[in-house]
Amino acid sequence: MTTNATHPGDVPGAGARAKRFWRIDGWSLLTVAIASLIAVPVVVVLAHVLVPTGEIWAHLAATLLPTYIANSLWLMVGVGSGTLVIGVGTAWLVTMCRFPGRRIFEWALLLPMAVPAYVIAYTYTGLLEFSGPVQETLRSVTGWGWGDYWFPEIRSLPGAIAMLTLVFYPYVYLLSRAAFLEQSICVLEVSRTLGCTPFQAFRSVALPLARPAVATGVALALMETLNDFGTVEYFAVDTFTTGIFRTWYGLGEPAAAAQLAAALMVFILVLVLMERLSRGGGRIHHTSQRYRSLPGYPLAGMRRFFAVAACAVPVLLGFALPGGTLLAWAIETANEMVDAQFFSLAVNSFVLATVASLLAVAIAVLIAYGLRLRPSPVRSAAARIASMGYAVPGAVIAVGVLIPFAWLDGVINDWTRAAFGMEPGLILSGTIVAVTFAYVVRFLAVSFNAVEASFAKITPHMDDAARCLGKRPGQILTKVHLPIMGGSLLTAGLLVFVDVMKELPATLILRPFNFDTLAIRTYQLASDERLTDASSAALAIVAVGIIPVILLSVAIARSRPGSRTVSGGSEGPER
Amino acid sequence: MIPSQRVFAIPYVAWAAAALLAAGPAAITPARAAGEVNVYSSRHYKADRELFKRFTAKTGIRVNVVQGRANALFERLKREGRNSPADLLITVDAGNLARAQAAKLFQPVRSAFIDAAVPAAYREPAGHWVGLTLRARVIMYHKDRVKPDQLSTYEALADPRWKGRILIRSSNNIYNQSLVASLIAANGASKTLAWAKALVANLARKPKGGDRDQIRAVGTGEGDIAIANTYYLGRLAASKKARDKALVKKIGVFFPNQGGRGAHVNISGAGVTRFARNKAEAVKLLEFLVEKESQILFSKANYEYPVRPDVPISKIIASWGEFRADKINVSELGTRNAEAVRLMDRAGWR
Repeated sequence: MTTNATHPGDVPGAGARAKRFWRIDGWSLLTVAIASLIAVPVVVVLAHVLVPTGEIWAHLAATLLPTYIANSLWLMVGVGSGTLVIGVGTAWLVTMCRFPGRRIFEWALLLPMAVPAYVIAYTYTGLLEFSGPVQETLRSVTGWGWGDYWFPEIRSLPGAIAMLTLVFYPYVYLLSRAAFLEQSICVLEVSRTLGCTPFQAFRSVALPLARPAVATGVALALMETLNDFGTVEYFAVDTFTTGIFRTWYGLGEPAAAAQLAAALMVFILVLVLMERLSRGGGRIHHTSQRYRSLPGYPLAGMRRFFAVAACAVPVLLGFALPGGTLLAWAIETANEMVDAQFFSLAVNSFVLATVASLLAVAIAVLIAYGLRLRPSPVRSAAARIASMGYAVPGAVIAVGVLIPFAWLDGVINDWTRAAFGMEPGLILSGTIVAVTFAYVVRFLAVSFNAVEASFAKITPHMDDAARCLGKRPGQILTKVHLPIMGGSLLTAGLLVFVDVMKELPATLILRPFNFDTLAIRTYQLASDERLTDASSAALAIVAVGIIPVILLSVAIARSRPGSRTVSGGSEGPER
Repeated sequence: MIPSQRVFAIPYVAWAAAALLAAGPAAITPARAAGEVNVYSSRHYKADRELFKRFTAKTGIRVNVVQGRANALFERLKREGRNSPADLLITVDAGNLARAQAAKLFQPVRSAFIDAAVPAAYREPAGHWVGLTLRARVIMYHKDRVKPDQLSTYEALADPRWKGRILIRSSNNIYNQSLVASLIAANGASKTLAWAKALVANLARKPKGGDRDQIRAVGTGEGDIAIANTYYLGRLAASKKARDKALVKKIGVFFPNQGGRGAHVNISGAGVTRFARNKAEAVKLLEFLVEKESQILFSKANYEYPVRPDVPISKIIASWGEFRADKINVSELGTRNAEAVRLMDRAGWR
C-alpha cells in the first residue's frame, strides 16, 4: 500500500548499516527462527512433491483434474470481478458522494465480513432450494409443480460465486475505501480543472492511484475463495480444495493430495507475482501533503436512488437477509440447541481464538519490530515467509502440522519412556497446541499487516529521541511503541480472533478430545441436513464477528490524513 | 506516557486471564487418566451421546470423544502410532472398518459376551471389530409415480426407462462406494462400470447433498426414485415438522435384489485400537454397546437395525417390512473401496 512505501528504516545506528548488513544478531536469529517454525507445515507439504505417486496422476488427469481446474478458475473469475465491481463501486460512492444513509453504509458495508462463507451458503440453500420456503410459496401461489417453472439453482457454480462474492467483497471495499481516503484532494481537483467529469476523474485518476490497494483486496478475496471448503463442498462444485480432501481421504493417496496442494500454492504465488509485474516499474507516491474535506458530490434524483440501492443491496443480501434468517431459525430451535453443551462450545471457540490471536499479535510485533530496527534481506525474507500461510488452504496447513507434531510426540515419548519409564502422551498433537499453531501459521499475515502498518505510522524520530535518552531497543518497544499502538494491536488481534472463530477445515482435523467449537457444530449439523438446528451456533459466530467489523470502520473513518491528528488508536486498513 | 502504558495492557491481561481460566486443565493436558476411555468416532448421533452417558452412569468410567470424518480419524491414528490416546475407534461402514484393520489400527479382542450377542456375520472373525448396527441401502420411490412392481434390482436402474428420474448422492460418500464395491464383487468391474455410466445418465440432477436431500427431492418431484439408507427415512418420519411427515407419506421403501443376492446392507462398528491403554474399559464399552438396552436405543433413537437378532426393532423400522440381506463378506467392501472410487470417477459420477 502506498503508505507503507516509506520504510521506517532510518533508525539510529543506521550509518553503519552497510557494514553490518549481513551480520547475524539476536533479532535476526529470533525472526528467522520464528519464520522457520511457521514455515514448517508448508515445507512439509511441499516436500511431498518429491514422493513418487505412480499412476494416480494419470487417473486424476483423465477424470477429475480438468473439473478441479475449470471450477477453480471460474470461481476466481466470478468472485474476482464480482468483488471488484461491488467493492470499488460502493467504496467510491460512500467516500466521494453525498446521498441519504451514506454514513450508515460506511460501516454497514463491512458487515457481511462477519458471516462465514459456509454459513451464508447454508442459509441461502435453506431459503431458495426446491423444498425451501421461497419456492414453496411460489408453488402454492401459482399451483405449479416440479418442472413447470424455471428457478435459479442455488447449489451450483454461479450460486457459489454469488455466495463468496457477497461475503468477500468487503475486503476490496475496505482497502479501496482506505486508498480513496488517503488520496489528496489536489489531484482530483486538478483533473477536474482539466475538464474531467467526476466519473472521468474516478476512472483515470483515483482508480489508478488506488490500484495497488484494490489489487491487494481482490487478491485477498481470491485467496479466501481458493481456501473455501464448506461452501463448494455443500454446493457440489469440485475445486482444488475439495479435490485435496477427496484424493487424500477418498482415494487414500496423501502424497498425491499434497501434490495437488503444492500445485495450488504455486498457482497462488504466480497470481501474486503477475499482479506485481503488471504494475511494471511504476510507483505511486502521494506528492501533495494537502488534505481537506473530500469533494462529496451531491447526488439527486435517479442517481441518488441508484446510489442508495447500490449500497443497500450488498448489505441486505450479504448480511441482513442471512442474519435475519439465522435469527428466525435460532429463535425457533434455541430451546433445544442452546444447552450446557452449546456454552462449552462457545468457551472452546473463545479460548482457541484468544490464544491464537494473542500469539499472532505477539509474533507479528516481534517480526515487524525486527524489520523496523534494521530492514535486512534476511529479516524481510523471514517476514514474507512467515506471512505465507495465508495463501495456503487450512486443510493443507492441518496436514502439514499433524505430520511433524505427531513425529515429535513420538520422539518425546520414546525418550521419556527410556529415560524415566513414563510417557507424557501426545502433548503436541493431542492438545490445543497443534490447532493453535495451525491458526498462527494461517493467520499471522493478518496480524502482521496490521501491525506493520501501525509501526509505519510512528515517526522514526520517536525512536531517535528515545535512543538519545538512553533507552535500548527492547525498552523503546515496550515504553514507546506498544503504548502508542494499543488500539491497532487490539484490532489486529480481533481480526485474527474472528478468523479463528470462523475457521473450519484445520479445526476439523486437529482438535483434541471433547473439544468441539461453534464452527464445528455448525458444519456438522448443516452437513447432517439440519440447517435450522445449526443456526444458534452460526449466529453466535456472526455476532462475535461484528465487533471487529465495527471497530475497523470507526478506525478507517478516523484514518484520513489531515482529517484528524492520529498518533494511536487507529490502524492500517490493510489486513 | 506512564498511565497509558498501564492502561493499554489491561484489556490484554484480562483477556488472557479469562481465556486461561476458561481453558482449564482439559485443553492443555493430554487426555489420559484411569477410569476413562478415549473414543475416536465418526458417528455423530444423539443416540451415541446418550449411550455414553448411560455407560458412565453405570460404570463410573468417563467417555472422552473426538468426532470426525472416518478418514481423518484414521490418518490421525496412523500418525499418532503407539502414542495415540484413543482406545476405541467407532466408524460407519464395513469398508471403513476393513480399511482400518488393513492399516493395523485395531487389535483383536475376545469377549464371550460379544460372541454370544452378535452373529458371526457381523463381527470380524479374529475380534478386530464388532458390528453395532445395520443399515440397508435401498430404493425409495414416490408412491404416486412409481409402482413397486416396476422395481427389481440395483442393476435394473441402468434401464433407460429411468432417464432423468433417479436421485443419488455424490461418489465421495462411503455408502455409495461400498454399494459399488458390492456390485463389483457380484458382477465384475467392467459390467459395473457400464452400469455406473448408465446410472449417471439416468440421474435427475447432479449428485448433491446427503441421503435426506435425495428423499426430499423425490417428495417434491425432482425425481421419482432415490437410493438412500433406511434410517434417514426413519428420522424424517420421526420429525416434528409437518412438512417432513407429509413427505414420508409419499415415499415407499423397496428392498432390491430380493430374488437374488439380497439388498445391500452395511454395518457401523467399533474396534479396540492397537495401542489402547485403557483396553479393559474399551472392551467394557464395546460390550455395553451391544447390550440389549443399548441396541434398542440405536433402533429407537437412530432408526438403525440392531445387530442382534433377539432385539425388537422400533415401529417405524418394522413398517418397512422384512427383507433379505446381501451376504457378501463385508470386509470385501473395504478391499474393493479404492477400485470402486476410481470406477465412479471414470463413470463421471461426481
